Amino acid sequence: MLDATTAQPTGLPQRPGVGYKPQHYQDILEDPGSVAWLEIHAENYMGDGGRPLAQLRHLAERFPISVHGVGLSIGGEGPLDAEHLARLRHLVGWLNPASFSEHLAWSTHDSHYLNDLLPLPYTEVTLARVAEHVDQVQDSVGRRMLLENPSTYLAFAETEMSEIEFLTGIARRTGCGLLLDVNNVFVSATNQQSDPESYIDAFPMDLVGEIHLGGHDADTDDQGAPLLIDSHARPVVDPVWALYGRTIARAGALPTLIEWDNDVPDWPTLRAEAGLAADVLDHRVGVTA
Amino acid sequence: MTSPDLPPKSGPLSAAGQRQPGFVAALLDPDAAVPPGLIGPDGRPAGKRFDVYRNNVTVSLIDALEQSFPCIFKLVGEEFFRAMAREFLRIHPPKSPRLATYGDEMPGFLERFPPVAHLGYLPDVARLENALRAAYHAADAAPIDTDALGALPPERLMAARIGLAPAVRIVASDWPILAIWRANMADGPKPQMQAETVLVARPGYDARPYPLAPGAARFLQALAEGRSFGVALEAAGPELDLTALLQTLVDAQAMTSITEGTDDAGTSDRL
Repeated sequence: MLDATTAQPTGLPQRPGVGYKPQHYQDILEDPGSVAWLEIHAENYMGDGGRPLAQLRHLAERFPISVHGVGLSIGGEGPLDAEHLARLRHLVGWLNPASFSEHLAWSTHDSHYLNDLLPLPYTEVTLARVAEHVDQVQDSVGRRMLLENPSTYLAFAETEMSEIEFLTGIARRTGCGLLLDVNNVFVSATNQQSDPESYIDAFPMDLVGEIHLGGHDADTDDQGAPLLIDSHARPVVDPVWALYGRTIARAGALPTLIEWDNDVPDWPTLRAEAGLAADVLDHRVGVTA
Repeated sequence: MTSPDLPPKSGPLSAAGQRQPGFVAALLDPDAAVPPGLIGPDGRPAGKRFDVYRNNVTVSLIDALEQSFPCIFKLVGEEFFRAMAREFLRIHPPKSPRLATYGDEMPGFLERFPPVAHLGYLPDVARLENALRAAYHAADAAPIDTDALGALPPERLMAARIGLAPAVRIVASDWPILAIWRANMADGPKPQMQAETVLVARPGYDARPYPLAPGAARFLQALAEGRSFGVALEAAGPELDLTALLQTLVDAQAMTSITEGTDDAGTSDRL
């Protein structure tokens, strides 16, 4: 494991960033606004060449880059995909990004990749396995990683501990940091009928290296209870901005990403959303704690 | 339809105490019961809640296939494509998180998918789209031009081998696949029935298809197999318009090296 006492926060500025979309390439270079860094999904930059890598090389000369993996399946019951881990090591090796993060979730089983962030029960057994996988990733990539709290839609009868206890346990054992997705906190708390403010208040902010903000869709479950879905397809809602203000009031300024992956808006709209995060970071707007 | 090679359906935990085999089987089978032990906050079984994951998996993979096969999408229409993609992903779930590679099995799937049996050209159009996608992500390589070829005395050129760019693909079909592709993707004219062979290459960063006359196709195929320039010329036969082909290869940035050698099998120095 990495030595947590020497682990540094990420190299990302404590400013807004956005998830990079190729259609914004020229606009970002010409008018980034308050956007100070970019996050990419690792899996989109694992080809041998072509435009994706050329754009990334160019953007990396101008902006700090965060590599965010979506397909490593760290929560998987099987071993990590060695080929995928090697591709990740290669990408992190040549790009030398300011940060690397992945999800507390699984997506691969028996070599089938399911392209979703699937949930896992929070037990001593799963904690030990996830910690082993995080150790393996950090050893392979050669740096400290951040692990992100998930959006969840259901719970497991066999769960033994809270999500925060689970994440803290992983960080203690492995020396990894945490990525706090505030929209995921709101989505999961609504879906699990728990209190999102209590979650923020209890979260180990000293371990947090990055914040995510994004939009979600609203539905209902079989009983008519609210069921929020983490879609990244719309603006961040006001209750999530309020939770974000509460987070920054507790933790101080942190690198903050706007995630908008589906129904991607034009650049001015996305840049304006990042501007709202900048307002909170600059003026602590919306801080209600 | 045949089934994917997935774990058997069982209770919440497999014999090895695993939770995920049953979860995956239920994810990919909309008729399967939700695995026990997955609950909502009231402790009731997670019906619609589990369906969120089912929907995320299915819709995101259908969307990925739609991006990979825009011409097939246009040819069969949105409603049909999405229903067909749903069948495809249940039989061929992705094998890698690199979704840029997802869909390689589409041509074979289309050959065996009864509802499109009357659209004989679809599998080869899917092969063309796979080639375009592979070319888009292929390694970069600096092209050579006709001057580089012209600098060699004829007898040395005949013995030389021409290296092709990593993006180069050759797709041969009994159908007018490029005309079909152009009619749908580039407002081209109505396709006429004929066999077509297509060169896929990537000048700069955009993968493009180029038509190849029969002699040109044989010439390029021979080069791709590592034959010398002279042997490729013989394979092409008298109908080859070499000047026109070389211009196409230059435009397509398809040639990246000239390697001189004394025979077809030997190794040689690279210029």
